[in-house]
Amino acid sequence: MTPGSVEVIRTADGMPLGLSLQRTLLRSRLRALLLVIPLLAFLTVTFVLPILDMLYRSVDNRIVASVLPHTTVAIQAWDSKSTELPDEPVFEALVMDIQAAYEQKTLGRVGRRLNYEKPGMSSLFRKTGRQAKRITEAPFKEQLLGVDKRWHDTSVWQLIHRESGALTGSYFLASSDLRLDDQGEIALQPEPRRIYVSLFYRTLWMSLLITVLCLILGYPVSYLLASLPARTSNLLMILVLLPFWTSLLVRTTSWIALLQTQGVLNDLLVFVGLISDDARLQMMYNKIGTIVAMTHILLPFMILPLYSVMKTIPTSYMQAARSLGASPLTAFVRVYMPNTVPGIGAGCILVFILAIGYYITPALVGGRTGTFVSNFIAVHISETLNWGLAAALGVILLALVLVLYLIYDKIVGVSNMKLG
Amino acid sequence: MKHLIQAIAVAFSMALLAGNGHAIDLTIVSWGGAYTASQQKAYHNPYMAENPGVRIINDDSGAEGLAKVRAQVESGNVTWDIVDMVAADAITACDEGLIEEIDPDSWLAPAPDGTPASEDFFTGTLTPGGTNCFIPQIVYSTTFGYRTDAFQGRQPSTIMDVFDPKTFPGKRALQKAPINNLEWALIADGVPGDEVYEVLSTPEGVDRAFAKLDTIKDHVIWWSEGAQPPQLLADGEVVIASAYNGRLFSAIAEKNQPIAMLWDWQAFDLDGWVVPKGVKDLKAVKAYMRFATDTQRLADQAKYISYGPARYSSAPLVGKHAELGIDMKPHMPTDAKNSKTVLRFDYVWWADYRAELDERFNAWLAK
Repeated sequence: MTPGSVEVIRTADGMPLGLSLQRTLLRSRLRALLLVIPLLAFLTVTFVLPILDMLYRSVDNRIVASVLPHTTVAIQAWDSKSTELPDEPVFEALVMDIQAAYEQKTLGRVGRRLNYEKPGMSSLFRKTGRQAKRITEAPFKEQLLGVDKRWHDTSVWQLIHRESGALTGSYFLASSDLRLDDQGEIALQPEPRRIYVSLFYRTLWMSLLITVLCLILGYPVSYLLASLPARTSNLLMILVLLPFWTSLLVRTTSWIALLQTQGVLNDLLVFVGLISDDARLQMMYNKIGTIVAMTHILLPFMILPLYSVMKTIPTSYMQAARSLGASPLTAFVRVYMPNTVPGIGAGCILVFILAIGYYITPALVGGRTGTFVSNFIAVHISETLNWGLAAALGVILLALVLVLYLIYDKIVGVSNMKLG
Repeated sequence: MKHLIQAIAVAFSMALLAGNGHAIDLTIVSWGGAYTASQQKAYHNPYMAENPGVRIINDDSGAEGLAKVRAQVESGNVTWDIVDMVAADAITACDEGLIEEIDPDSWLAPAPDGTPASEDFFTGTLTPGGTNCFIPQIVYSTTFGYRTDAFQGRQPSTIMDVFDPKTFPGKRALQKAPINNLEWALIADGVPGDEVYEVLSTPEGVDRAFAKLDTIKDHVIWWSEGAQPPQLLADGEVVIASAYNGRLFSAIAEKNQPIAMLWDWQAFDLDGWVVPKGVKDLKAVKAYMRFATDTQRLADQAKYISYGPARYSSAPLVGKHAELGIDMKPHMPTDAKNSKTVLRFDYVWWADYRAELDERFNAWLAK
């Protein structure tokens, strides 16, 4: 034995103890994993995969190459910077592709895809599809140019050239109020079409405001609930929980009844004489409507975590602070409040993350100035069917939430948060 | 315990029998509310009475019809059999190959006098935008209603009055979409009705339409669901509202609200049936379709809701409201008195410009 070396402790079967311990731990971890595999599989199939599929749609551009397979290959030979039209082989490929796609009824899809980039492409492909079957022999170029004068426009060909790859960034550009101009350079959307940047901004600040309002309103309520004797506080708790259990639509509609210009509150103000009948306040179908209704709806998500944290703070802390000479305010601010930080953290992040993706309430009461990004995602999913743009907006929203979550983690600390 | 087992066994066998009794289930997607109710009474109930083997299941997801048909067809899991769609959506679905093509004369019943279906439906309605997948049921219109107690003296009667908040003060409700609003704005600004789309095709024309909308922007509440405008009118929140004519009829005739119709430049549109590609039982779907779109059935639907049947031969059969007993003809958008000025919605034009104008409209709204 050399000095300094330690004799390895071995188990009865001669294996080093450390290794043996590791193996035992690994086995128990595997057993635990086995138990959660059903849940993991369920989550993967029903949650992770659909979300990944939706996220992929934000860059997916296979439609152009799959419907126009010959054209997208042939057009690569064409210099997209030139002011000349492509040559005969490209036209021949396009006519073949259009004829085949018209038969298989897939032409409409590519027309609609390209129409997102350039208005008029939808009708151009539709019209050409109907007439292309008459073009059976060369010269294809001359005949196709005769079908519609828009085929003379090099920007149409530049668009096909640009969108012939399997991936596209154009949905992300569109959701940042940008576009590719005819030269393929990134440019700002024309001023009347810019909407998404200000929409993201509005969604963020309104969600923040709603979170702050919930905290201001929820903190005293939770304090009251936590400090009253159990019998009274349980009764008051019902008042918090009853709206929590009531349908979201019912609560939103009640706010409409209360706040609309012919509603209860305005009637009351007119009756009291504070405002005249023809100067009723507009409190619904705008930002105010969204903020009021959502603050009310999300309030329980702030009160419940706060309450559960406050419930665990021993009353002796405050008594100790007072007995050591602190004024009630100092005792509250320096002793009680720091103890409630985990509850504030949990409540704020719950309310904020719920608010930023909220959809039904802003749709009903938001009017034209109080709607959120999620409302536009819904419009693009179910009305305009521009799923690529909806997915890109969703990706940006998700990324924003993650970034904010990381910042929040730095400031408050996620481990320093208590949900109950 | 023995009794319980017996009871369960009996219940099971009855459930099985009942299941066998309905050989065919048809899932029909429509718009819900008064509209589905009118289809239930005019089409579904008589069809199930004649064919005891068929059970019709209503699904009210009409508003997401196109998105869900697309998702079902693309994933190869088609659970819907028949879908009620507006013509613009049917054109998109047909162009993308999501719905079945239809041969009118083999699918649909001829008129009672023997006129083939292809000639009995209103001209061009079987082939909107040059497609051939759509069976129209009704002609409906988006038009205006106003509160009869809102104005002293002269009542609003033209589209110019809608855009004149000085003479007719008060809030208006308009649909939160550029469709129809841009056309109406141009007409109110003096563009002849048949040149609207020509003018709108130029950037100056679009600017002009938005400039006209600017003049009433502060007086507008924007609606997105068909049920909202009659409610806004009934609550007195607005004094003039654009709405689907059937909804206004229901508020006026069935709920006795102080509302009157303003038919000037009503926008005609079509609503009808489509069949998703890959339905399980195309034969059963065709049998139902032949029944539900014949002359009498289309006329029957008009007994329950004031939308015009899409067949020439149905028009003379439109009678009285089934419950109220009032004559339905003067309430139809197709009635000669109501359709003196009609805006014909251009589907192909909107397919080109929808995305661009939606963005511009939303940006304009947010300012």
